[in-house]
Amino acid sequence: MTARAAAKVVVSLVSLLVAAACTSFYEIPIETPIQPKLDVSAFQRVLIVGFISGGSDDVDTNLETVRLLRSQLRTRSNLRVIEADVLPLAEVALEQTRENAAPPTTPPASDQPSASAPVPNGAGNTSSESASGSGSGSGSPGASPAQTQPQTPPATPPQTAPAPADATPGQPRIRDEKDLVDYERIFANVAYWKKLGEEYQQPLIVTGTILFNPQTRNGIVTQQRETYDQLGRRTVVPVRVYQERKGYVLRPKFVFIDGRTGATLYTETFREERLYPASTNTPALSSYFEMMDTLLPSFLNTLSAQKVRGSRILLKD
Amino acid sequence: MPRRLIILALLFLCGFGVLPAVADARKDSKAQVEFGIVAAQRDLWKEALYRWKRAVEIDPTYAAAYNNLAIAHEHEGQFDEARKAYEKALELEPNNALIQQNYDLFKEINDRSSRSKGRR
Repeated sequence: MTARAAAKVVVSLVSLLVAAACTSFYEIPIETPIQPKLDVSAFQRVLIVGFISGGSDDVDTNLETVRLLRSQLRTRSNLRVIEADVLPLAEVALEQTRENAAPPTTPPASDQPSASAPVPNGAGNTSSESASGSGSGSGSPGASPAQTQPQTPPATPPQTAPAPADATPGQPRIRDEKDLVDYERIFANVAYWKKLGEEYQQPLIVTGTILFNPQTRNGIVTQQRETYDQLGRRTVVPVRVYQERKGYVLRPKFVFIDGRTGATLYTETFREERLYPASTNTPALSSYFEMMDTLLPSFLNTLSAQKVRGSRILLKD
Repeated sequence: MPRRLIILALLFLCGFGVLPAVADARKDSKAQVEFGIVAAQRDLWKEALYRWKRAVEIDPTYAAAYNNLAIAHEHEGQFDEARKAYEKALELEPNNALIQQNYDLFKEINDRSSRSKGRR
């Protein structure tokens, strides 16, 4: 009996050894380096200035995105992240649009002393306005405001922006991409960005738009359902079921601007969607972070080299 | 009769002349490939790259060597070279599922980075 058992062990050992000797492939982990999409060697600092945000009010996407990107860049890029108040860029853009729309009427109508003076760029007033606006709105993100630069431009006295109909600060009504069109002109305002760049020692400026909208979709989905047979064995079967789902769609557009010239260097647009069964109550903020999490590697890869981990099969024969 | 002789002579040449040369090349090449695998497993990718380059020089019909060479190029971020090596490996062994799998994974990464570059 023992001899038979020993023989079995020997046979299995030998077969194992033979199998090992005959192995003709090896799985190996590799890290594939992906070169940055943008050459940022000319910059030492980066200013995540703020975003034109729209869609759901459940999440302050401007503030959250600035906080998230700053924290990521602090640890995962060589650029120094400038800590500054977050600009309510939608308000700034709105202001610029108004100024451009009615140039002759604006000066006499303007009851703000210095606001309308540098008309060509609209930068002086808007940035100072935004500084005042953001001062109240951003408190939390600026953990260490002394890291690089003096706070935005508090040169002109604080003044309330000529707010849109709804009074919530920094939240003009932007619901979809059509609403964004007018606001996006701000990215082409080279003078504005150049002036902002000068205030921060010409960094790389990161800005853009963020749309975060609720989404509901009903339809047939495939679910994995586990079943147990009479012997207690577990099997997983795909089952198609009708389901009501709700969630969010995130559409960020990142705009990278040269703080020395004010010119746009690079633009990147994403779209992410997360849907959950209607019965579950997923907080908007969780969904936002879930989606941003998938976008971040690509965002970071714009500024710095990233490594993609994976595995490959090496062959012998 | 002379035809038979020619055939016999050819068989002789194949048996004792050409085939051993081919077999030698494959043997040498395989030694390089194996050494490269050991180097890669020890994270010595430059050495592995060199060995697999040698392997394909010695035996340009060795699909496994091209596959490994492609992986080493990929590891070094040399995507054009990696693509060429994968394509050569698949040309030599079109039905090799493992090479195909490696190539598909490579393409996924490479296409993603080039697609995002095109979004400018």
